[in-house]
Amino acid sequence: MRSIEAGPDVLYIDRHYIHEVTSPQAFNGLKERGIVVFRPGNTIATADHNIPTKNQHLPIRDQLSRNQVERLSENCRKYGIKLFGLNDPKNGIVHVIGPELGYTLPDMTIVCGDSHTSTHGAFGTIALGIGTSEVEMVLATQCILQPKPKKMRITLDGRLHKGVISKDIIMYIISEISASGATGYFVEYCGSAIRNLSMEGRMTICNMSIEMGARGGLIAPDETTFEYLRNLPSIKGKKDISSSINEWKNLTTDPDAKFDRDLKFDASLIKPMITYGTNPGMGMAIDGSIPLSDEKGSTTSSSFLKSLDYMGFKPGIKLLGHPIDYVFIGSCTNGRIEDFRAFAQIIKGRKKAENVTALIVPGSKKVEEQMISEGLTELYKNAGFEVRQPGCSSCLAMNEDKIPLGKYAVSTSNRNFEGRQGPGARTLLASPLTAAAAAITGMITDPRDFITEENTVK
Amino acid sequence: MLKVKFDILESTCVPLPFENVDTDQIIPARFLSATSREGFGDNLFRDWRYTKSGEKNREFVLNNPDFSGEVLVAGKNFGSGSSREHAVWAIFDYGFRAVVSSFFADIFMNNALNNGLLPIVISDDFLKKLSTLVQNKPGTKVKIDLEKQTFTILSTGDSIKFAINPYKKECLLKGLDDIDFLLSMKDQIISYENNKSVVK
Repeated sequence: MRSIEAGPDVLYIDRHYIHEVTSPQAFNGLKERGIVVFRPGNTIATADHNIPTKNQHLPIRDQLSRNQVERLSENCRKYGIKLFGLNDPKNGIVHVIGPELGYTLPDMTIVCGDSHTSTHGAFGTIALGIGTSEVEMVLATQCILQPKPKKMRITLDGRLHKGVISKDIIMYIISEISASGATGYFVEYCGSAIRNLSMEGRMTICNMSIEMGARGGLIAPDETTFEYLRNLPSIKGKKDISSSINEWKNLTTDPDAKFDRDLKFDASLIKPMITYGTNPGMGMAIDGSIPLSDEKGSTTSSSFLKSLDYMGFKPGIKLLGHPIDYVFIGSCTNGRIEDFRAFAQIIKGRKKAENVTALIVPGSKKVEEQMISEGLTELYKNAGFEVRQPGCSSCLAMNEDKIPLGKYAVSTSNRNFEGRQGPGARTLLASPLTAAAAAITGMITDPRDFITEENTVK
Repeated sequence: MLKVKFDILESTCVPLPFENVDTDQIIPARFLSATSREGFGDNLFRDWRYTKSGEKNREFVLNNPDFSGEVLVAGKNFGSGSSREHAVWAIFDYGFRAVVSSFFADIFMNNALNNGLLPIVISDDFLKKLSTLVQNKPGTKVKIDLEKQTFTILSTGDSIKFAINPYKKECLLKGLDDIDFLLSMKDQIISYENNKSVVK
């Protein structure tokens, strides 16, 4: 909007998403100042982080969690903010429902008190995660102050092999440039391998931009984007959509645009990925060996070894065949319908391994419904899996969906930090295909062993 | 937001020489259910500070009586991961007023500045020297002068200039916050909205 002399820029926010965990203190701040929400119509709320994934119709058992969710409802009621609360038929994870309900549109500036807000960049938006003080700024003035980020372009050309999907792409990129490799940057993803991805696949890529430190990640909108939007129930039949699309077609980067960093990767080199350490940069091809030291040089050997020690691994070992205890499929990274279709592709006609406890958590009520109508829920049940109700669940383990101390979990979520999925839990990040293969065999398994036909999931 | 003034700080330091300390380590998610900003310091670095059985972990620096002070000397890439501002509230609530590293995650840096916790970026070499010194000689005092943008190790006289956004520096020196500033721009914000078709 404008630049302050020698200061950050003032950025006007078109769409503000809020949830129960990072908003209450911001509303308290408004109250203390004696001001109201400036543009309540631009804010959309959901309860997702701190809710149970079982018996959602009953009052939340944990008193603090219940209080936090109730506080969100009160604040939304008081200030006239649209809320998709617990038990609302449109409830779900903020970064899943925003796009599926048509609140995320190209050319918008989007913020949320959640680092995975970068997800919305898949639609050609400027989308970034903010802290609670900034949530308060948006509620009060619809603006935030932001220093201009540096620009990075990541081009991915080439053909993906079977069994390699968008999650593997982003995990590969992060493993190449490290968990802090894009700090200070906004990333644009381009190239044929990105263009060929569905919107769900693109969201998975943009979602994990923060895991390499980026402020955000985006993909220029194209026919795939417009087709996705045209088919949304909230947009279908809207008269002005074609003229909007014509404008959005111009949202492409100039051919001579200069980037502070310009990286190129070959999609055909990517294999199914898995992490072995305690940050998302510590990833490798599933059939690879844990490196002997941090080859990318971003950590000292003591931090590297401390991380392996936490995981119960040694440098140089292979992970294929290593027993696992839990599988978690869900989260804002991989909790969309396509992810559950990918999971089903492998478990169809097979049975869950007895030593595995699986948490199958749809990203939204709508995804849950779709899973039922496509027969996925039934298919999962026949394979021995139980499908939970939507929420962030075990990705951050604020609710009771915790992985116990020392147990190994193959998770389709986004963070393998120490204790992220519960105190002492050991997380192995992977794609829904890899998670499915592990759920069937009870050990770390190459999903390519289960895929015979040419990969149909993107 | 918290309006906190910061000008000069002289203090001993607490060393935390680990890289990639994410905000889940600073304050685990299971302690984020509160609806106020206070009290998070009790659970700062919870899973490092306490053993699995809930006793104090004697090996962790916050439980070592040799170390105390208002300056946390961290490792590279501090504050990565989740955007939870609770991480900054926890560090501040515990009593720290500045965090020193050679590299901070972006959102953490913003959150810190918005709460009067000064994030000081120094070179890798200086950080290494400082961290080693502090670990070997507990009680090492440093002086932070925000006006002059200098960080000095008092016992050795080693000093380094640090960068800070001039606007943010002004806010900290005067105890002002961004909301005051943005509220003073209301007319411009409204005229911007009128010139742009705002999506509802």
